[in-house]
Amino acid sequence: MRKLTALASGLLFSFGLIVSDMVNPARVIAFLDVTGDWDPTLAFVMGGAIAAASVAWIIARPRKSAYFGGAIPPMPTQPVDRKLVTGSAIFGIGWGLVGICPGPAIVALSFGKWEIAVFIIAMMAGMALYNFGLIKLPDRLRSTVKV
Amino acid sequence: MNPDWINALIGGLMIGTATGILLLGNGRIAGVSDILGRLIARSKPSDWAERTLFIGGLLAVPFVYYAANSVPEITVTNSLPLLIAGGLAVGIGSRMGSGCTSGHGVCGNARLSKRSIIATLTFLTTGVLTVAALNFLT
Repeated sequence: MRKLTALASGLLFSFGLIVSDMVNPARVIAFLDVTGDWDPTLAFVMGGAIAAASVAWIIARPRKSAYFGGAIPPMPTQPVDRKLVTGSAIFGIGWGLVGICPGPAIVALSFGKWEIAVFIIAMMAGMALYNFGLIKLPDRLRSTVKV
Repeated sequence: MNPDWINALIGGLMIGTATGILLLGNGRIAGVSDILGRLIARSKPSDWAERTLFIGGLLAVPFVYYAANSVPEITVTNSLPLLIAGGLAVGIGSRMGSGCTSGHGVCGNARLSKRSIIATLTFLTTGVLTVAALNFLT
């Protein structure tokens, strides 16, 4: 049942990205282009997604475990640290350069464009570089001091 | 055809509901960079089948959707350096920052997580600055 849930979630997620046209990198760039011809579409997508996800969190809050097993994830206890901020800043630069983030990248791969394939290979290489510890935040920046 | 903002809202509600299904059903956060990122690691995660099926779901929909609808035009840069730099930055940044537009942007913000709100404001800011810089340079 958990496998079915995961598949259903992926299918609906993908559908949502297509219906909202967020698979189109030009749309994302146009949203980030606040000094140019600004396109607010992404804000509506985010608004709708956050609204629906909020309802899920409200239903989940009084529950200890999910319907098909597994705990409801507790609120993260880590502080806001330099790793979070630096990582998010790097992510935003990549997002702005091409207009693609991980979800739309995977969906758009099925369009068969070589540009998306190149982006995904680079993205997975980036994930691997970080996961295997080949790239990390320099020690002197990794203080546990809260930013 | 609906106006863009209506489609955006409908699509957004679908995305949010999808994260709700994974949360309430499996107790998992639908963060795409985490779901994908943990598949590329030294040890195979115990829930690799669920992760693979979620990714499979993302990949499958275009084939079904476009059998019944016209294929939309998507516009993406064809600059190889930009694609590679962008991909690397998205991959490294989302792992270092523990999330992306879905994990922090949708799931984390929806539960008012301080970490996710800070992460979202950060990547929105650098994203806007990057687009502005690219426009200035080209």
